[in-house]
Amino acid sequence: MSKSKLYGVFTVLMIAMLTLSACGGGGAQKVEVFSWWTGGGEAAGLEAMIKVFNAQNPNVEFINAAVAGGAGTNARAVLATRLQAGDPPDSWQGHAGQELIGTYVAGNQIQPLNSLYEEEGWLAVMPATLIPLISDNGNIYSVPVNIHRANVMWYNPAVLSANGVAVPTTMDEWFAAMDTLQAAGVTPLALGEQWTKMHLMETVLLGTLGPDKYNGLWTGATDWGGADVTAALENFQKALTYTNSDSASLSWQDASQLVINGDAAFNVMGDWAEGYFRELGKSPMADYGWAPVPGSVGVFQFLSDSFVLAVGAPDEEGAMAWLKIAGSKEGQEAFNPVKGSICARTDCDPALFGEYLQSAMDDWASNTVVGSLTHGVVANDSWKSEIDTALGLFVQNGDLAAFQSALVAACTSSGPCK
Amino acid sequence: MSRDKDRYLSILLISPSILAVLIFVYGFIAWSVRVSLSEWKGLRPDYTWAGLRNYINLFSDPRFQVDIRNTLIFTGVFVIGSILLGFFLAVMLDQGLKGEGFFRSLFLFPMAISYIVTGVVWRWLMNPAEGDRLSGFNLLFSNLNLDFLINKWHTTETWGIAAIALAAIWQMSGYTMAIYLAGLRSIPDELREAARIDGASEFQIYRHIILPLLSPVTLSALIILGHMSLKVFDLIIAVAGKQLPLDVPAIYMWQTTFDGLFYGRGAAIGILLLISVAVLIIPYIRFTLKTETQQ
Repeated sequence: MSKSKLYGVFTVLMIAMLTLSACGGGGAQKVEVFSWWTGGGEAAGLEAMIKVFNAQNPNVEFINAAVAGGAGTNARAVLATRLQAGDPPDSWQGHAGQELIGTYVAGNQIQPLNSLYEEEGWLAVMPATLIPLISDNGNIYSVPVNIHRANVMWYNPAVLSANGVAVPTTMDEWFAAMDTLQAAGVTPLALGEQWTKMHLMETVLLGTLGPDKYNGLWTGATDWGGADVTAALENFQKALTYTNSDSASLSWQDASQLVINGDAAFNVMGDWAEGYFRELGKSPMADYGWAPVPGSVGVFQFLSDSFVLAVGAPDEEGAMAWLKIAGSKEGQEAFNPVKGSICARTDCDPALFGEYLQSAMDDWASNTVVGSLTHGVVANDSWKSEIDTALGLFVQNGDLAAFQSALVAACTSSGPCK
Repeated sequence: MSRDKDRYLSILLISPSILAVLIFVYGFIAWSVRVSLSEWKGLRPDYTWAGLRNYINLFSDPRFQVDIRNTLIFTGVFVIGSILLGFFLAVMLDQGLKGEGFFRSLFLFPMAISYIVTGVVWRWLMNPAEGDRLSGFNLLFSNLNLDFLINKWHTTETWGIAAIALAAIWQMSGYTMAIYLAGLRSIPDELREAARIDGASEFQIYRHIILPLLSPVTLSALIILGHMSLKVFDLIIAVAGKQLPLDVPAIYMWQTTFDGLFYGRGAAIGILLLISVAVLIIPYIRFTLKTETQQ
């Protein structure tokens, strides 16, 4: 094609695009939903949910404004720009909890959804301990679509039985088991790059402190400088001594794979790891087993993708219709089996899910629910990034006292501590 | 008369770019300075005056101290390594060997690759895994029975950043070679011949004639490599991701601004980076402009 022809085609395309966008301006109702679900099971799940939406709202045009890249990093930058320009999408995706609340409620950019929860009867079908974690001052701010569990300890059943180790349920049992494994020349605990260390830390904090004191960390009720927290951090420091030496160069997949390959016995990772194991063609309970992180039996540390209602949404009615689908049984049953997560509702049909997810559904419905730090539930972005820096320095220099005082300072500067 | 006309026309023609540079470069620098002097934290702009607090806090911030240490190590290893290797390659090529053009392109090629690609490849090469999982350089060393060379590369304590500098040297030494080669070629043969007639050894020729004549080239290489190493970002991210032991100011700036929403602190780091680069570059530019006008 000659250059001038190419320009011709380009011009025609531009004109067509402009005309189309101008035509879109008038008439029919439409709802623009912003997310970072652009690939894999997430995008397929979103498509499935959009189908449910279109079937129930034939008059509303659904605009999928998904932005690709880095677990939402790019999407959030685009969203921030749009919000600062006063051009919000009707609804957008965010990690349920403080990541949303700390950013958008503080900026007065999202609306409370309490009446929607009451009308749709969602308070009866979602765990009661979940609601405070996605609320601020009694206002519920988002509709969780899926649930992942953070406090899962994956293990290699063959490695455990070969070394005569039972699945540990308490911190002491865990350390004893890892001593045995280490003596036998097995890497006891697989670990990856820095954020997986924060993931391990939050689960060890939970396993040592228990759910009440753990929740208190994020409300200011538990003293970060107290002896309990010191003990928990000592456990974390001890856990680090059982890990592979090359953790800094491994992704979470690499670390999880060490367990699958029998190079390591345990790995603490969220339950998206199960999707990865299945992709590798492994089967549950034969090639990999799971249990709550020791000390956190009966507690479900969750994270969730959720949708919000924008202040000044161009089409609030359309946005509400979307949120209804996002919180409905039908919508969640369409999304979650494809994404590899469980429903935020407790009444989804277990037959749609695999063996691991069914066990997670049972726990979700019966356990105490607490939130994850690494994945945005319990701390706002600023607080989390200060904790991340303190953790990075600690991993480098091993100075526990300095680490704890940095955590106290982080809670004062960016959290609820005064 | 027509001279004036030309003058107006030329001003008119360059005014769009001047305007664009004023707004998009200097305007934003000024705005960043303002943000760095504010309390801005969170998505909403907050221009409450904070004075120099963001800067003062940075200098007592243990993370920023790690950043400064890493930058110094990286700059030292990278600049010295690239200059030594580049000079060595240039001298070799200057001996008039066969296939010089081929080798010249070969050594220059890495420069055409983006830092991200270099980073991904070196991430594989510098795999620090142990035992049965050895790979990359470590596996090569093991197969060659050079086990004492096996090391933890970029995960080495304190000096890990030097391993990243190795990848940067690999990428940029071809460029230093090219400018040294150009410098060597511009030295007239008569000078060498005269020295030889005076009975100087090859080493003495390099030491007393060629090196002094190449000092402007060395200065350029020093400046160009130096300012690149101050700004290093993508290479580290590609090799190691966001990990504190390999943190540098540019990564801290990015993380604290966009992950932590500390806009004031992020802007302060950006301004410090700008100042450190300017300290290096501005005297050089003045010097070059002066010599060019003299010519």
